[in-house]
Amino acid sequence: MRLRLVKQNTNFDFFSRWKLWLGISAVMMVVAFASFMIQGLNFGIDFRGGTTIRTESPLVVDIGEYREAIDTLGLGDVSITEVFDPTFEDDQNVAMIRIQAQDGQEAVTSQVIADVQAALRTVRPDIQFISVESVGPKVSGELIQTAVIAVVLAIGAVLIYIWLRFEWQFAVGAVLALVHDVILTIGVFSELQIRFDLAIIAALLTIVGYSLNDTVVVFDRVRENLRKYKKKPLSEVLNISINETLSRTFMTSVTTLLALIALFVLGGDVIRGFVFAMIWGVIVGTYSSIFVASAVLLYLGVKRDWSKPDANAGNQFANIDA
Amino acid sequence: MLQVNLWKRILIVLTCVAGLWMAMPNLFYTPVEQHNDAVAAIELGADTPENQAARGQWPDWLPSGLVNLGLDLRGGAHLLAEVKVEDVYAARMQAFWPEIRDALRDERTTVGTVRLQPSAVDEVRVRISQPDGMERALEVVRALATPIPTLTGVATNDIEARAEDDVIIVTLTDAEKTASNERTLQQSLEIIRRRIDEVGTREPTIQRQGTDRILIQVPGIGSAAELKEIIGTTAQLTFNPVVTRGTDETANPGIGNILVPSIDEPGTFYTLEAAPVVTGEELVDAQPSFDQNGRPAVSFRFNTTGARKFGDYTAENIGSPFAIVLDDEVISAPTIQSHIPGGSGIITGRFSVEESTNLAVLLRAGALPAGLEFLEERTIGPELGQDSIDAGKVATIVAFCAVLVFMFLSYGLFGIFANVALIINIGLIFGLLSVIGGTLTLPGIAGIVLTVGMAVDANVLIFERIREELKTSKGPARAIELGYEKALSAILDANITTFITATILFAMGSGPVRGFAITLGLGILTSVFTAIFVTRLFIVIWFERKRPKTIEV
Repeated sequence: MRLRLVKQNTNFDFFSRWKLWLGISAVMMVVAFASFMIQGLNFGIDFRGGTTIRTESPLVVDIGEYREAIDTLGLGDVSITEVFDPTFEDDQNVAMIRIQAQDGQEAVTSQVIADVQAALRTVRPDIQFISVESVGPKVSGELIQTAVIAVVLAIGAVLIYIWLRFEWQFAVGAVLALVHDVILTIGVFSELQIRFDLAIIAALLTIVGYSLNDTVVVFDRVRENLRKYKKKPLSEVLNISINETLSRTFMTSVTTLLALIALFVLGGDVIRGFVFAMIWGVIVGTYSSIFVASAVLLYLGVKRDWSKPDANAGNQFANIDA
Repeated sequence: MLQVNLWKRILIVLTCVAGLWMAMPNLFYTPVEQHNDAVAAIELGADTPENQAARGQWPDWLPSGLVNLGLDLRGGAHLLAEVKVEDVYAARMQAFWPEIRDALRDERTTVGTVRLQPSAVDEVRVRISQPDGMERALEVVRALATPIPTLTGVATNDIEARAEDDVIIVTLTDAEKTASNERTLQQSLEIIRRRIDEVGTREPTIQRQGTDRILIQVPGIGSAAELKEIIGTTAQLTFNPVVTRGTDETANPGIGNILVPSIDEPGTFYTLEAAPVVTGEELVDAQPSFDQNGRPAVSFRFNTTGARKFGDYTAENIGSPFAIVLDDEVISAPTIQSHIPGGSGIITGRFSVEESTNLAVLLRAGALPAGLEFLEERTIGPELGQDSIDAGKVATIVAFCAVLVFMFLSYGLFGIFANVALIINIGLIFGLLSVIGGTLTLPGIAGIVLTVGMAVDANVLIFERIREELKTSKGPARAIELGYEKALSAILDANITTFITATILFAMGSGPVRGFAITLGLGILTSVFTAIFVTRLFIVIWFERKRPKTIEV
């Protein structure tokens, strides 16, 4: 007896409402983008400069007390949050303190850090400083720039690769799916105000890789079936291809999710945001390879008969019933 | 038919065995690490019983390459410093003014009196009282320029001079600035490395980043502030008169003298006058060069005050040795051949070209050539690193087991094949990481966990394809063959695209992100290898033994 996530020979009709799916995706992208514009991302110090200090103490964290101690130093915007995690011991009470980049100081000063540490020690002598990270505004500006370049480069490279291996319509479909995934991920981060730092960029690029992996597998089957079923309409070929690969799509998504969920629950709070981005990306990436990439492909049409010149070029629906 | 020829089989098995063999030391991390440290210490001459014992913890003939743990896992300090290369321009131009003055003074009749004007840091402005003599003045100043070698072979000078009314403006050429920046960075790197080595921490990373930045990562150090203090301290370079030279390290040097060991002649000790003639702070530059006889030498240059002191001292002490002392060790003790006016001189000795280069570096390494500005600093406590390792371990094991069980439930025997391949896959990742000396970071662990999830993808693609082919093909052998054949293009396309993103991450990222890119990229390589070759070999061997009429995947 085998475990089957998807029963054999499925024949779901994915494309009878393909305009609706594209519409839903478009609306979600708009919502995500609006959230990003209105709320903005909760950038970590990697991207906006400043200092974070992670403290640990055997006693329960009293945020008010910490704040009082630090406010006397007049360091501007200081945020203090308590961190909870199932992997912590009972006597591990962790807090994260974030201090904004100090005006007019390019370099990071040890003085500020030393002052904060001294102030906290007076209210809580047993406090430990587990990690201290400071990034100057100069570097953080560059980090944003490289991050954006990295994402754009990755998407561009993929566009070219798929265009070379398939047709341009496939490349456009795959890249729109990627853009969809990236925007939705950024939207979730802005909506939930999860800290957005360098590691999240790595996660974003991995999502790009994963989503693409999924899309390419579907497209590979579409390419094969286009040769096999020369007479069938494109929507039917797409449907057959997706149904045929559905079992694999779910298997891979579930195994990857199993691994990621284990990391999410047990991996500690340091990488939780990173793993969350990946989990979200796997789900969105799986969705987008069917409902965005393939739907776009349907919209654009594919040149089927290579023996004749493309008489209907310019008409996007020309090939669907060819 | 379904077959893999013998040579391929041997190659596949050997690759797996080699990978796992290289990965094995990581299972015994602590003893192997102590062994490696001990071997390094013994090589440096610390042949103590403790080191021998530590060395004995791991046999020498076994591989001892380990995966480096990143700062986020081991704890330590990270600094990104920017070298203010402009400081050097200013020092150069300041030192250049007296030269210009002296040269123009000889031409007083044509140029009149010369006077230094307020100048920007990277230029010297000199006003002459007889503007008619400007042409001659420029000629004289330009004659002071030294040609510098360039890659293109086009002769370029280190300075250029132009006239603006009655003012001569002398600036460094772009080529010289580039060369100067290069030297400044090299010097800073060298000094920082020496400084950190002196503290004796293990495996520091000191890397140049971009044109003017230095990345410093030191595992195991208490805090970034501590690290900054170490780097901030300037190496002490002095030039002292030599009293005597001997081999007795207990000799009494006498009042006002010090006893200093030699750096490259073990057992030799110099008795020096404690008061230096000049110090490294007065040294402007040192370059490897050649003496009149074409033997390797080191040329050096002092600033104005250093030059005067050095000139006076050498004039009075021709024929006697003086010592170049760095951090209480004598680097070399040349004999003064002649009076050295003008602040520049040449150190000769029995140098090879390499030695003269090193000495020049050491001389320059005496003091940080330019200020450092710290742009980024991170301290990660060892406890946090240990917590992360523990959490990462548990998570990886749980993720791994979940995937193994899930694969078995879904594909039965074939699932077991895939599982064994997955275990080999993880082994290969660690083997490769150890061989290339890769660094494992916390996101790197996430990369491995992701690889675990995605590595099965290739197998899933193949197995699903075999299932499909079983419905239409003639027999199991044919179905398996077709399954592999037809799944290949999807596997390759999917993995190449992911590999592209991993490559971009590696190229653009730094620190932890790069660690993630490395494990992800290696994971893709190994998972494609195990899926296409290893599971296939298992299936072929199993099929040859059993010859089943029907198979269930």
